[in-house]
Parts: sequence; structure tokens; C-alpha cells
Amino acid sequence: MTMTLTEKVLARAAGRSVLEPGENIWVNVDLLMTHDVCGPGTIGVFKREFGADAKVWDSEKIVLIPDHYIFTADERANRNVDILRDFAHEQGIKYFYDIVDRSNFKANPDYKGVCHVALAQEGHTRPGEVLFGTDSHTCNAGAFGQFATGIGNTDAGFIMGTGKLLIKVPATMRFVLDGEMPPYLLAKDLILQIIGDITVAGATYRTMEFAGEAVERMTMEERMVLCNMVIEAGGKNGVIAPDETTFEYVRARTDKPFESFYTDPDAKFYADRRYDVSQLEPVVAKPHSPDNRALARECRDVKIDRVYIGSCTGGKTTDFYHAAQLMKGHTVKVPTYIVPATQKVYEDLFTLKYDGQTLSEIFLAAGCIEPAAPSCAACLGGPKDTFGRMNTAEVCVSTTNRNFPGRMGEKTAQIYLASPYTASASALTGYVTDPREFLA
Amino acid sequence: MSKVIRGTIFVVDDNIDTDQIIPAEYLTLVPSKPDEYEKLGSYALIGLPDRYGKFIASGDTKTCYPIIVAGENFGCGSSREHAPIALGASGVQAVIAQSYARIFFRNSASTGELYPWESVDRLCDEFQTGQEVTIDFERNCLINHTLEKEYPLKPLGEVGPVIDAGGLFDYARLTGMIPQKA
Ligand code: SF4
Repeated sequence: MTMTLTEKVLARAAGRSVLEPGENIWVNVDLLMTHDVCGPGTIGVFKREFGADAKVWDSEKIVLIPDHYIFTADERANRNVDILRDFAHEQGIKYFYDIVDRSNFKANPDYKGVCHVALAQEGHTRPGEVLFGTDSHTCNAGAFGQFATGIGNTDAGFIMGTGKLLIKVPATMRFVLDGEMPPYLLAKDLILQIIGDITVAGATYRTMEFAGEAVERMTMEERMVLCNMVIEAGGKNGVIAPDETTFEYVRARTDKPFESFYTDPDAKFYADRRYDVSQLEPVVAKPHSPDNRALARECRDVKIDRVYIGSCTGGKTTDFYHAAQLMKGHTVKVPTYIVPATQKVYEDLFTLKYDGQTLSEIFLAAGCIEPAAPSCAACLGGPKDTFGRMNTAEVCVSTTNRNFPGRMGEKTAQIYLASPYTASASALTGYVTDPREFLA
Repeated sequence: MSKVIRGTIFVVDDNIDTDQIIPAEYLTLVPSKPDEYEKLGSYALIGLPDRYGKFIASGDTKTCYPIIVAGENFGCGSSREHAPIALGASGVQAVIAQSYARIFFRNSASTGELYPWESVDRLCDEFQTGQEVTIDFERNCLINHTLEKEYPLKPLGEVGPVIDAGGLFDYARLTGMIPQKA
């Protein structure tokens, strides 16, 4: 019987040799990730159900990452990080990326930032494994050839105590991205294109597997963009076959052994779509839905109030490199927020150079607001004092992943989702702008 | 046992995402703490555009609509369990949508907070907020008393027993998957 990559990973985790989409199976979990927003609730469920003195199933397989509401005066938000800390100490959790001094994040060597990017950078994302996280963008890690998906606190509390979860095997939709990537396109354009085609519910209950030469040529950070946003199409997980690019990234970060799985050539797919990427153009998702796609050049008359470059989707080192490439030597016309996903990305802004200048020098020379402390920041609105939060009915072009009403704060604010190139080009004109105007 | 839920409905349309069900600024509330659970309930659906009207009357902490009728892809967006919990805590017992986002559907069952029924037809265009309905669990159907019409529902299937038991943990204990509480 033929199987897809996802089916093989789940079969291994269920101790089975074969399985089929639609089956309900118990899987052994390799890693559970939670953060400051859902961690306290997960811990609450765990204690309620297993007892106040219960021990977690494996203190080395739980990763706690405070990242959502960090740089705020909100007392409950701060208390939630304290709950994570107390639990980490009580249980001897090996991977807890703490922040104590909120006034200066650099004084916290353990603090990372946005969980999905931190997981990858710290070597927690490995081919063949099963990762659950209390965050819908946990699907990001599928870029490493593993099964990764988001769950709620109750499921996470169950895993904390048992190391297992009952799940339904998803059928796979394959997206083959062939052709040469034009220099003005980024992975963000491809995923917005696909979501526009299949809609925000087009992959509900399914796996989205990305293949083809355009994907094979992508860096890990670009591959993550594709998998990160499968949830915006309703997908359960996204996945990309591991290759040398994957192995190099993973081996540089962890010694843990891993196993690679691949979709059989004659495997059955729920759907099989092909794209010639050389024919595509830069796109945006207009308010208020990630599938509300339009060509960037068709929105040239949309006047904007700000640009936001950040989040697990668009706040990685490569994203800022692309932004700097476009902004170098120009001046922004609207307030432009630079929010690195993690402390490592923040450091890269000050060391990595493009054309003789560091990324941060390029941004400051262009008039951007000084790079912020790494966190989720305004990607999901958050407490009123969150950096970059939309507090009025403004229009923003953002490299983030969601533009539902109220996502970045105020519910009448309008968000255009775009690639780092398109966001930067828009910053330079004050209107939604196709990056080809600047990338000759 | 013939089970029914009867009550007044609140009608919304497609793609009601978790930010509209419970906006991110309230996520600092921890649902496993009883007082914060109640508070979460009082903010349920506060992120909806104003045209839908008020789901919870000013000054109240509970809704007078125990049943929500929705279009497609209800509960899309984030994995926050705060979403079905806020609805449950506000007094919602069931949602009847044309379709659901996967994680919301699962969280509804795992927490046992509410029954995520799927309708066969698109009801959100035909129904209006304030109408009186009955969900008949045995016959898998919905009766709109205001319109005096009956509509088929898709069987709850494998999640029914999980919610009946009170959620994932109670179900796992009931079926011997994990030991009984000491
Ligand atoms: S950056 Fe945004 S999408 Fe990513 S984990 Fe944080 S809040 Fe969620």
C-alpha cells in the first residue's frame, strides 16, 4: 500500500506499518510546545486532571516559550509568564526560555521570542517527528518533514500527562510548485496565491504537501513561510520532504537522531495541483480575509498608514534581508515597524550586511522605527500598550499571516497581507505597491 | 434517552474567526481558573462587527442565546481553546454551522463545552436572531418554531459520546484509556 509523508510519520508514531486517511489513531508525541497565552491553561488542565503533585510524562519533551504578551505592563500577562516559570522549576522542564527583566530583553540570555521560529532555531524541529503545540501556527515546523499541528489546552494537558493523543489521519493535498522563481516573488506570494485559489476553508482537515523545483530551491526560512500559513486555508498540517537543505539546518542545531520519510511516487492524494511559479505576480490579501487575494499592482490606489514587518511568518532573518534589499537607499513615507521574531533575528539585524551596510543601518537610514524587542507584538493585537498595535481605524501592509477584523487590535483597522518585498515597496510609496517598481 | 436543546438563536455568517469570538486582548484570562472562566464568558463574541447586534446585553455576563447559527468555517484562525470556552461560559450549549474550522471543532469536543452540529443546508441566510429552535439529538434535526419548519442536521458522529461524557478526559476514563481519578 502506498502512503504519503504525513501518513508515514503518523504510522511510525502509532506503531503501525500502514494506515489510511480518516482513521482515528493514538500517536506517541515527540514534542509538546506551549507559550504564555495557552501554557497556564494547559498547566491548569494538567493539574486538575492528573492531580496537584502529578509529574509530566517527559520533562525533556516539553518546550515552554514565553513570546506573546511579554513587553506589557498588563499584570495578568506578566503573571502568566510567572506561572510558566514556577511550573518549569517544579517539573524540571529542560527547555524553558525565560524572561525576567522585561525592561531590557538583552539581559535575558535564555529569552528567544516567537515560538515557531525559536523551535526551529533551537533545533527542536526534526524530520519524522510528531510535534503538537498550543498555537495554530505550529504547522510551521512541517517545513522540516515532520507532522506538526496546533491543539487546544485540553488536548495539550492530556499530552502533558500521557505523552499521547488521539487524532484523525488527514488526507493529503499536494501542491507542486515548478518553474524558476522570478526575483520579485517570495514564498509569501506563493502561499497567498494558493490560499486565494482554495479559500480559507479549502484544506480543512487536510495535509498540504508542497513539492516541486521551486520548493527544492528554497531556504528553510522560505519553506517555513509555506507551511506556516496552511492553517489560513484550514489545513491540519503542512509538510515538505526533507533534503540536504533540511539536514544541514537541523544538524547545525541538534545532535538528536531523526528519521526521514517521503511520499511514495504513486501515493493517493485528495487533490493534486500544479503551479508554474514563473508565471505568478506579487499578490496581497486584502481586508478582512487571507483568501481575499488581489495583485499588488491592482491595489496601487490604496493609501496606507503604516507598514509592519514581523511575526513567525514574516519576521525572520531572511524576511528582513529581503526588506533591506528593497529599502536600501530609499526613504519610507509611512511609519514602518521592524519586529524581529527572536533574539537571534534581532542580533542578525545588527551583524548581517547587505551591500556593505547592516540590515539595521539600512532600515534606520530609510527612516524605519528602530527594531523592536523580539516577540509576537502587534501580530495579534494584544494588550493596549503592545508595540505596533493598531489602535485606530488605520490601514496597514503587514508581513504577518491574518487580517481578520481586529487581528492587530482595532476591529475597523484594515490589514493587507504581503511579502517582505511588497510591504517594503509599499512603505516607500505610502500606497500598496508592486515591488517591481523598485526591483529593476 | 431523547435529548433536546431548546432556545433562542443568534445568527452570524461565514468565517467567524477566533479573534471575533474572543479577541486577543482577553487571552490573558486563564480558562482553568473559575473566576477567569466566568470573565471569558462575559466577552464572548465581543469582536463581532456591530451589525450583528449584541450577543450579551450591556451589564450582563451571560447571553440569552444558548444556540448560535452560523455559515461556513466557524471558528477559523487560532487554536485558542478560549474560543469554545468563552462561548460555553457565556451560556451557549450548541452551535449549528454549515462547516467548522478543524481546531475549533476539536476543542469543542475535547472541552465538552458545546455541541458543534453541522447543518445540511445553509441556515444563516434563512434564520434570524431571536427565533426559537429545538435541536433533536435523536432524530438529528432542527425545528425552527418561528418558521414552523424542520431542517436536517448531520449526525454528531464520533464526537457525540466525547461531549456527552464531559470532554476528552472524562471520555478517556469512561473508556479505560486512562485510569479513573484517585
Ligand atoms: S507571531 Fe503572530 S501568528 Fe506567529 S505565533 Fe505570534 S501571534 Fe501567532
